[in-house]
This record gives sequence, structure tokens and C-alpha cells, in this order.
Amino acid sequence: MSTTNKEIGPPVIELGAMGWLRKNLFSNWYNSSLTIFGLYLLYILIPPLVNWIFLDANFVGSTRDDCTSEGACWIFIQQNIKLIFYGLYPTEELWRINFVYLILFISGVYLLIPNLKHKGWVGAFLLIIFPIICVIMLSGGLGLEAVETRLWGGLFLTLVIAGVGIVLSLPIGVMLALGRRSKLPVVSILCTIFIEIWRGVPLITVLFMASNMFPLFMPEGVNFDKLIRALIGVMFFSAAYLAEVVRGGLQAMPKGQYEASQAVGLTYWRMMALVILPQSLKMVIPAIIGSFIAIFKDTTLVLVIGLFDFLGIIQFVGTNPDWLGFSHEGYVFAAAVFWVFCYAMSWYSQRLEKKLDTGR
Amino acid sequence: MSSELMIEMKNVHKWFGELHVLNDINLEINKGEKIVICGPSGSGKSTLIRCINRLEEHQRGNIIVEGTELTNDSRSIERIRGEVGMVFQQFNLFPHLSILDNCSLAPIWVRKLPKTEAKDKAMEYLKRVQIDDQAHKYPAQLSGGQQQRAAIARALCMEPRIMLFDEPTSALDPEMIKEVLDVMVSLAQGGMTMIVVTHEMGFAKEVADSIIFMDEGQIVEAKNPEDFFDNPESERTKTFLSQIL
Repeated sequence: MSTTNKEIGPPVIELGAMGWLRKNLFSNWYNSSLTIFGLYLLYILIPPLVNWIFLDANFVGSTRDDCTSEGACWIFIQQNIKLIFYGLYPTEELWRINFVYLILFISGVYLLIPNLKHKGWVGAFLLIIFPIICVIMLSGGLGLEAVETRLWGGLFLTLVIAGVGIVLSLPIGVMLALGRRSKLPVVSILCTIFIEIWRGVPLITVLFMASNMFPLFMPEGVNFDKLIRALIGVMFFSAAYLAEVVRGGLQAMPKGQYEASQAVGLTYWRMMALVILPQSLKMVIPAIIGSFIAIFKDTTLVLVIGLFDFLGIIQFVGTNPDWLGFSHEGYVFAAAVFWVFCYAMSWYSQRLEKKLDTGR
Repeated sequence: MSSELMIEMKNVHKWFGELHVLNDINLEINKGEKIVICGPSGSGKSTLIRCINRLEEHQRGNIIVEGTELTNDSRSIERIRGEVGMVFQQFNLFPHLSILDNCSLAPIWVRKLPKTEAKDKAMEYLKRVQIDDQAHKYPAQLSGGQQQRAAIARALCMEPRIMLFDEPTSALDPEMIKEVLDVMVSLAQGGMTMIVVTHEMGFAKEVADSIIFMDEGQIVEAKNPEDFFDNPESERTKTFLSQIL
């Protein structure tokens, strides 16, 4: 028996590149025609795009007159790069933003390298001390010249709104989710009402309310910064969505996990923090990151209340008479940058899922 | 043998909606006693032991564990849960933590032991249930029998004075039942006060001081093993025994 079995290998047709092609792309007539149609689509789309973006594009020069060839005019982006990245932030103070980026970059890289010690401390620094540094560095104080938030703009503003929204909305969302599942009816009803109100209103309405209605309710002379109002709006909006995502995770937890935690004597908050949330948040990582990505892209709506985020400022520089007619370049550039950030989040979420997988 | 009263249940009643799951339960358990509870499914045996550490709330009567009466006062519940360990049918290990962390979690957060001390103690108990070599694995990487032994070690790490077992071998493949029962027997020989809901009658014969038969929320019969198996009084007990033996 065993001697004859050795002679039988897998069918040859399944092996090698030809086998793979046959199995996956040409297994039957409609599969084959779809493959050929797909290749044809790529053929008519890709070469012109590559030509426009790279091969025929203009990279060197300083005015629109230098854009002589047929492709994209990247000089437009290059000449306006400071506006696009930093808004109207004073040029001599730009180092403050870059300094903040640098700290963020270094700590981020540190956290991404596997098996380094003291990651907990770096994380705590990012969550507690870094925000304080940001406020002082970016808006001024401690001898630094104040920079009003109406001068903030571009990619920098987008990152501030998305960053604050993402970092603050997760803990608020978790609390709302726990509150909604609370056994105390008052807590549960209040959380439910809060969640449903914010989820029932479009973000654009939230931003309008924050910008135009809110001051009407405040006493004369009290003036909240417009950016802070927008941040609060984005934060609660995102928190309401996250609350429902987290609640889904909580509902998927087997009852036995609660019982085992109670049986060993853990109190409610410890049970949640040590047993239930680590597992249920892990289950909903894809949906949480989905919400984060949505919020990142939704920050573009702040344009309607007169804040010039990344996309807003690109549209704005496109209206400059010196650069009329280059909106294509602007949008393609904006799309590429948005894609990089969103894909980075997506990549990180997949990495995190793999890392946290304990084979359940 | 000094008879120190560990658990006292007086006229305990409980309903699930209309269903009377515990009907006038009276029970006294002394230190070091081993009680086996058996009965058909739905007879209330699991509910009974789950009332002892307040996973279920009784609605009438009194339950006194080590001199502390179970009430809605969360501090008395916490105190009792610290003294009472529980082992579940489905193990209920924490899947996101290693076996070692499963065992040291509660000692660190509830008993406030320093981390190293808690881990040393966890290793000690894991050695006792003979899975110290699996300490750094995750629950999903272990067999059912190993998981259940880890769950026993997790409960023991709190150094409880009473151990509750809720059908600890019912979810196990047959060849793994013995390794878990062996651990329970050695625990019994060490003098632990134990209440075990099980259908393993061999185990009951070997270690039980008394066997309780429950049906329809009532304690039908409570006797030492010899009398229980040889002269059961009630018809219901006889029928039950004829079905499982």
C-alpha cells in the first residue's frame, strides 16, 4: 500500500503557473471572457493615466508658462505646497508644526518596531504629554507667539481635526456603548438618546450648528474658538458611530466571559477593562478603523464653516488667477494624499489584527 | 472533625419568570465537606451552586457563606466571590490572555499581589494540575482537558476556601475526563470544601461525603454515597439512577 501511494502525486494540471492560470482565470468560457475584458480595460486606462501623471508631466519650473508638455502640471502643486500643507500659518513659525510632526513620527516609528521595551511609556507620552506639547507649540504660549486658529489650514488642519476626532471619540464611544448597555435605566436611556441624536444628524448640519447656531445660545462676549467648536462636533459625531460599533462587539461576547470574570471577583470596571473590552474591541477592529477612515475623509466638510482643510485649500489655490485651470492636478494630488493616509490606517488595522490574534 | 459551617442555605427560592427553579432549598455544608449534586437537566442543580457566588440572585430565603449573608450589597458579594472559586462546564478561560495571565489576573487585580508573586503562585498551581509546561500558550492552543485543568488552577490561584464545579467534565471528550477528575480528587484529598454538579458517579462514590439528588427545583434526597446508591428512597431517585448507571 504505502509503496504505491508514493507514486501518486497531485495532478500535474494543478501545478505551476499554467495550472494557476487555468484554474483561476480560464476555468470556463465566461471566466475566460471576463479575464480578457479585464485585461482590455486595463489596457485602455492605464497607459494614458501613466502618461498624464508621469511621462508627459511637467515637474520643473515656477509658473504656469513652464507647463509646456501635455501631461499634468505638477508645478502648480509645487509652487503652492506651503499653502497646501500648512495653510496661512506664519512662515517663520512653521518649524513648530514640523517639530510636532517630528515627535509624532519618532514615537510612531518606535511603537511600530516590534519587541522594543517601554512601549507603554511611549504610548502614555503620546496620549497625555504629546497633546499638551501640541497645544503649546501650535497655538502659542510659554514665550511662543500666538497663532490664531483662523490661520491654520491645509493638510495640517486636516490632521488636527481628524487626529483629535479619532483619539477622543474612541474612549467616548466606548463609554457610550457601556452606558447604553447599562442596567441602570437612566444611564441607558440618556446614552441611547445621545447616540441616536448624533447619528440622526448629518455631519454637515452638526458643523453648521457648531459654527452658526452655537454662538447664539452663548452669553454676549463669550466666544469659543471656531476650530474648537468644529472639533467638538466631529468628536461627538464620530463617538456616536463608534458607540454602536463597540456595542456590537460587546453583544458578541459569550456570557461565560462575564461569569468567569465575576466568579474570580473582578468588579464591573475591572471586568470591562481587563476581560470584556480587550476581546470585544479586537473583534470590531475592522469596523472601528472603518469609522476612523470615514472621519478622516469627512473632515473635508469643515470647508462649509470657513475652515480651509487640505481639500479646501487645494480648491482655493485653484481659484488663484495665476493658476486657473489646474483643478485636475489638485484633485488627483488630494486623492493620492488621502489614499496614503487611509491606506496606512487600513494597513495598521490588519497588522494589529494579526498581532492580537490568539487563535480563538 | 471540627464542623465549621461554611455554607448555609435556608428556605431558598428562585423563579425564572413563572418557572420555580429553586423550591425551598435547605442545605448546610461544613468545612472540608464534598457534596455532589446530581439530577435530570433543568432540575435546578446549576442554579443552586450559581446562587452561592451570586451569578444568580435568589429571591427568597437566606444564603450565608462563611458568616457573610449574600445581599445586594456589592461589598459582601465581592468578599464571597473572593472566597469561592468556580469551574464552569465550558471552561470560560479568557482567550486573549496566556494561561499564566489567566491565572494571575485576579490575584493581581483583586488580591493586589505584586506581579511576580502572582505569577510565581500561578506557576505553582499550574504545576499542581500538571500543565506548567503550557503556561505561555493561549487557551485555544490547549486541549479541552488541559483547558479545564487551567480553569481549575485559575480558580485555585485566588486561594478560595470553597470550590464550586458546574458540570466540569460534561463538555470534554471521553479520554480527557479522567485527567480532570484526577485533579479534582487530589483537591478533595487536600481538604477543600467542594460542591460538584456532575453525572460522574464514579467520582461521587470515591470522594463525596454526601450526594444530593435534585428534581424540579427541590432536594429530593441527600445521603452518603453508600446509602444513596444502595437504598435510594424516592422513586424519582431510583428512576434517575437506573437511567445513568
